[in-house]
Amino acid sequence: MSRIGVAFDKARADGRAVLVGCMPAGFPTVEGSIAAMKAMVEAGVDVIELEIPYSDPVMDGPVIQRASDIALAGGVRTADALRIVEAVAATGAPVVTMTYWNPIEQYGVDAFARDLASAGGTGLITPDLIPEEADEWLAASDAHGLDRTFLVAPSSTDARLRMTVEHCRGFVYATAIMGVTGARSRTSDAAPVLVARVREATDLPVGVGLGVGTGAQAGTVAGYADGVIVGSALIRCLLDAPDEAGGLTALRALSAELAEGVRTPRP
Amino acid sequence: MSATDPTPAGQVPDAAGHFGRFGGRFVPEALVAALDELDAAYRKAMSDESFLAEFDALLRDYAGTPSLLYRAERFSAKIGARVLLKREDLNHTGAHKVRNVLGQALLTRRMGKRRVIAETGAGQHGVATATAAALFDLECVVYMGEVDTQRQALNVARMRMLGATVVPVTTGSRTLKDAMNEAMRDWVANVDDTHYLIGTAAGPHPFPEMVRDFVRGIGDEARAQCLDLTGALPDAVAACVGGGSNALGIFHAFVPDAGVRLYGFEAGGEGVETGRHAASITGGTSGVLHGTRTYVLQNADGQTIESHSISAGLDYPGVGPEHAWLHDSGRATYLPVTDAEAMAAFELLCRTEGIIPAIESSHALAGALKIAPALAAELGREPVIVVNLSGRGDKDVHTAGEYFGILDREQ
Repeated sequence: MSRIGVAFDKARADGRAVLVGCMPAGFPTVEGSIAAMKAMVEAGVDVIELEIPYSDPVMDGPVIQRASDIALAGGVRTADALRIVEAVAATGAPVVTMTYWNPIEQYGVDAFARDLASAGGTGLITPDLIPEEADEWLAASDAHGLDRTFLVAPSSTDARLRMTVEHCRGFVYATAIMGVTGARSRTSDAAPVLVARVREATDLPVGVGLGVGTGAQAGTVAGYADGVIVGSALIRCLLDAPDEAGGLTALRALSAELAEGVRTPRP
Repeated sequence: MSATDPTPAGQVPDAAGHFGRFGGRFVPEALVAALDELDAAYRKAMSDESFLAEFDALLRDYAGTPSLLYRAERFSAKIGARVLLKREDLNHTGAHKVRNVLGQALLTRRMGKRRVIAETGAGQHGVATATAAALFDLECVVYMGEVDTQRQALNVARMRMLGATVVPVTTGSRTLKDAMNEAMRDWVANVDDTHYLIGTAAGPHPFPEMVRDFVRGIGDEARAQCLDLTGALPDAVAACVGGGSNALGIFHAFVPDAGVRLYGFEAGGEGVETGRHAASITGGTSGVLHGTRTYVLQNADGQTIESHSISAGLDYPGVGPEHAWLHDSGRATYLPVTDAEAMAAFELLCRTEGIIPAIESSHALAGALKIAPALAAELGREPVIVVNLSGRGDKDVHTAGEYFGILDREQ
C-alpha cells in the first residue's frame, strides 16, 4: 500500500478524515514553497498536494492562477518541482503531485514517473487527463509504482464513474462543485451524493476538493468524505500577507484550524 | 487508446476524435458529460433532414451564402497566377465564421440550453456569436482578453449593441488564449444551461470535427463554382491558418482530389526565426493545449509561449488538430507568412481589386503570391489558385492605417 493509503487507513482508524493541503511548487519562490509546505505539515496537514504550475490552468480559480503565475514568473521548472517533492517528502508526510497534462508530456511521461518516484512522491492527480487518453500514464505509473488519481464530478454518469475509479489507485478525487477551485462561503450539497456514488463503485478512499476554506467546512466534509482537500484558502494566506513571516504565521494558523476541523466530523 | 467504439480502420477522426496522433479530449471530467451530449446532438442533427434544411435556409437567407467565387483579374496579373477569390468577406458579419456560429446556435437550441459563451481575439467570433444569440434569443457572454478589448474597442461596442455581455479577461497574457481559459472555466461551472460556442476547429472532441462540418460549405461551394467557371479543378487552394476553421472549411471538399495542392499559411509575425510569430505548425512542437493534442508554441517545460501576429485573429499559440494531422500526413503544406508580406498583399488587393481584405485573409493572398512562381514553373502555365478571402478588412482599418502611416494625427 502506498504512503497515502497508510495515511488514509490511520485516519480512518482514528475516526477522522485526512487533511490534504495544496500549494504550487515555486510559490512564492522555490525555497519559500518548501518552507510553506513544511509549516503546513508541522501545523497538522497530513498530505501535501504539490501543484506543478502551468500557464493555462483551466480547472483553477483566480487564487491558484495568481500563485502559479508568480511561480512561473520566478522561473520555476518541472525539475525544480521534483526537487521540492524530495525536500517535503523528507518530513515524512506523503507528497502527491498535481498538474495539467502538457508539462508531463513535455518532460516525458515515463521519465516523469521515474523521477517522481525517486523523489519520494506518491503519485499524480491529473485534472485534465481522463482515463481514455491515459494509456501512457497508466503504463508509466504501473512501471514506477505510483498512485493515479483521476477526478470524478457530479456530472459523471454511473458508467464513467465506475470506469474512472477502476483506473484510480491511492485515492479518488471528487470535485464537489461544478466549477473551478477557490474557497466558497458554503460547500456543496452535491458532494455527499457524489461521495456516496463513488463508495458504491470502489473501496478506495475519497477526497473532496473545491470550496473548503474554514475549519467548520472541513468538519462538514469530514462527516462524509475520507479526505478534505484545501488549496486556495491556504494559498491566500501567503498572497495576502505583508511579508513571508506573516504569511507562514497565517498559514500555520489556518492549517491548525483545518486539522482541528477534520478531527471533528459533523454528521 | 482505450476507446471501445467500433470505428472503421483509418477513419478520421476516429470515434474519440483522434486525427492520427492528434486531437482527442484533454478536459476536466466535469466537462465530459457535456461533450458527450454535444457529440450526440451533433450526430443526430447531421442525419436529420429538418436540421439540415433549417441550417441551409439560414445560411442562404440570413448569412447570404453561397458566397461568390470571383476572378480577381487585376490581382492575378500582378502575381502570375489565375486567382479566384472565395468571397466569404461578403457574408453577414463579414467573415466565414457566421457559418459555424449559426450551426452551433441551432444545436444549442436543440439541446434546450439558454445561454452561450464564447472566446474572442479580434472580436470577430464574439460579434458573430452575439449576432446568432440575438437571432436565437439566447443569453450571450463573450470572454475577451483585456488587451484585446482595448485594441478592438469597436467590436466590443458591436457585441454590446447586439445584447451580449463582454467580460475583459485579466489573467495570464490577457489575450485570446486566456479568454479561452476563462470561457472553459465558465463552462465547467455552468454546463447545465450553457453551450460553449468555440470559434475555431480546435478544442476537445467533437469541436474540431463539428466546426469543420459547419464551415465545409465553403469548399463544397468553391469546388463546384471553380468547375463552373474554369471547367476544371484548381491547381491549388490557399487559406490562412490561425485555429484553422476557414482553411479546413475550404480544404475539406478538395482533400480527395489528389491533384489539388492544399496550402495553409500561418502567421509568421516578425519572422519565425525571431521567435515572435504565431506559426504553431512551422515553429511549434506537439503538445496539449485547450483540450486537444496538436502543435503548440511552448517551452521545454510545456508552458505555452505567447504568440505574435499583426492579425489578432491568427494570434493564437495552437492550431486545430486536423491541420496537425494534414501536415504530418503530407496532404497539406503549411508555410509562414510574415506581417510585412501579409500587409503588402493587403495593399495589393486594395489597389488592384477595390477589396479591403481582413489582415488574416491577407496571409492567404501573400501565400498565393509566394507559391505562384514555383507552381507556374512546375506546371508550365499559369496556375489556378483558389484563395479563401475569409473576412473583410473593415475591422482592420485602424491597424492598417497605422501600419501604412496614412492616418491623420489626432486633433
